[in-house]
Amino acid sequence: MTQRINRRQFNQALAAAGALSALSPFGIVRAQASKLKVGVLLPRSGVQALIGQSCQKGADLAPAVLKQVLGVDIELMSADTESNADVARTRAERLIQEGAHALVGAFDSGHSAAIAQVAEQRGVPFIINIAAAPQITEQGYKFVFRNFPTAPDLVRNGLALMGEIFRTTNTVPRSAVFMYVNDTFGQAMAKGIGFTLPKLDFLPFKVVDTIPYDPAARDLTVEVSKAKASNADFLMLVCRLNDAIVLRREMVKQRWNPMGIISPGSPGLYEEQYTKALGKYADYAICNTVWYNPKSKMTGIVEREFKKLFPKDQLYFHGTNAGYTYDAIMIAADAFRRAKTTDAKTLADAIRKTDIPVANRMSLGGPIRFNPKGQVEGNLSAAIQNLKGRPSVTLPVEFQEAKVVFPSPDYKRA
Amino acid sequence: MAWDLIANVVISGVLTGLVYGLMALGLSVIFGVVRVVNFAHGEMMTIAMYAAVVLFAALKLDPFLAIVPVAAAFFAFGYAMQAGLINPFITRPEHSQFMLLVAVALIMVNGLLLAFGPDARNVQTEYQLESFALGPLLFDKGRVYAAAAALAAAAGLFAFFRFSLTGKAIRACADNYLGAKVVGLDVKHLYALTFGLGSVCVAVAGCAMAILLEVTPQLGPAYTLLAFVIVIVGGLGSMGGALVGGVLIGVSEAMAGLFIAPSAKSMFSFGLLILVLLFRPQGLLGRKQ
Repeated sequence: MTQRINRRQFNQALAAAGALSALSPFGIVRAQASKLKVGVLLPRSGVQALIGQSCQKGADLAPAVLKQVLGVDIELMSADTESNADVARTRAERLIQEGAHALVGAFDSGHSAAIAQVAEQRGVPFIINIAAAPQITEQGYKFVFRNFPTAPDLVRNGLALMGEIFRTTNTVPRSAVFMYVNDTFGQAMAKGIGFTLPKLDFLPFKVVDTIPYDPAARDLTVEVSKAKASNADFLMLVCRLNDAIVLRREMVKQRWNPMGIISPGSPGLYEEQYTKALGKYADYAICNTVWYNPKSKMTGIVEREFKKLFPKDQLYFHGTNAGYTYDAIMIAADAFRRAKTTDAKTLADAIRKTDIPVANRMSLGGPIRFNPKGQVEGNLSAAIQNLKGRPSVTLPVEFQEAKVVFPSPDYKRA
Repeated sequence: MAWDLIANVVISGVLTGLVYGLMALGLSVIFGVVRVVNFAHGEMMTIAMYAAVVLFAALKLDPFLAIVPVAAAFFAFGYAMQAGLINPFITRPEHSQFMLLVAVALIMVNGLLLAFGPDARNVQTEYQLESFALGPLLFDKGRVYAAAAALAAAAGLFAFFRFSLTGKAIRACADNYLGAKVVGLDVKHLYALTFGLGSVCVAVAGCAMAILLEVTPQLGPAYTLLAFVIVIVGGLGSMGGALVGGVLIGVSEAMAGLFIAPSAKSMFSFGLLILVLLFRPQGLLGRKQ
């Protein structure tokens, strides 16, 4: 028997369908989704590939951990920025077109700045995992958030730890040669160091030469020759990964053994690939940088999932990259849990009101709270030193895993 | 500035320049005889670098020992490429040859991307981080061996062209195409042989470079450009010019890095190129047409 529809029923159905289609473009129906789609943009290939892949590990473990701790379903939409700002921009556009409710990324300041413009234009929340150029959160953006210290903060923390290293080891280096990678991040750090260092009278050294170098450099012979010729007591280095390897190799070839290599806050020196590529020559390099909190409850939970997903890897080689990436996705998930919607504006408002206690974050720092510019303040650094093939926290003392070694044992006075 | 700093930078520039020169020598030889500009030259060197990396990873074969099988394979590859692909284009307009070799270069880059992915690969030998010391002067072992291989290969090539009958026949083809045909030389075979020999230069340079640099598929176009700069500075078609050009570019880049700014290295070599094009368009050792 067929059931016939009368005129009144037809009109009601039509009105309902009309209302539904009218609401859809505004995201009202979509906003009731039970799952948050997070677009993760990372440089998984190209010159920054190894660090991008390290960050990706933090993203890959996030859905299972966040389901467990927040009860939130996350769907990752991963995109490779190919270590290129233009690709980062187009991938961000595509992720938004494909329905990403929030974006996370992008490790590099230049790439993050490009994605931030897209996120702001399209009104989609973008949570930066790792990128230090201060201008990104100085643009008055409403949809851009960063749980990572700015370059001046990194520099301030890094230089303060440098003073602590010298005090702890009773050393007084009088001179440093400063080498930095000449990209957005490196320039921001160099600017920060140039501004901050003269004001820190507790540091005993002077910078005797400053040498910028190409981030894609395959040969740093000249740069290292110049640095060696400066006769500086130690090398202050702001680097990425590949260039750090090339540079250290060149130091060995040129038999340049300063008191040590200390980074006031940059990637590269503590990465697994650095140790793999250089073996014993990777040891004693110090990086005063953001790190994960080995004592937080969240780190324990993340580490269990990490071991399950990546049984051949060690968290300490990926702690910062994976930790900050995980934290960025957690911020999105936490906001989604509170907002109960994927509506972009509501989600952004919820992110702005984030208040995650220390125990619930993986990275080292205070509670995660955004200031009106979308920046988390109070992220901390630790002095990480490669010792016997693994990066270990040497300072601050409360997180210490090993005692800091400075000068390095192969130091030869110039 | 201390003299030992300058001397060390010059030494490094000369050693690297010799390897650059060998790579460019292949391009110069091919152009000098076949009159075809190999726009896939840097890409071919990248393939040689990957071959060295693969042989090292699979068989622990030192890249300098890998020169033998890689050079043999490249000779065969170069011969086949000229005989099967380029010879039909010899009499066609130059833009057709250009498009053909650019297409070959693109296929090579993307083939490497498919096969190896975009990440950098390298070899790790014991001597790679060592250097010879002569007072305050340091000679990077890897560079010294690479430069020695480059000089040996170049000397072999010079001797082949100077003393062997086949070498003389190839030079005859280069000097007078029609005359060579009239006296009964198999010009197409000799062209293929020349391309094979040019490819051998690339193979030796690639194996030597594998010691000095990490290799990625994107390395090729930059080295094609570098090879062009070198042969134009040295003189397109001049074998000696390629080596001289290589050393000149290697040293001038190093000195520019030392005295101006490291990021100005490439700018300086292109500046040199413009000067040569303005004041000696045939190159430093090239012959006037």
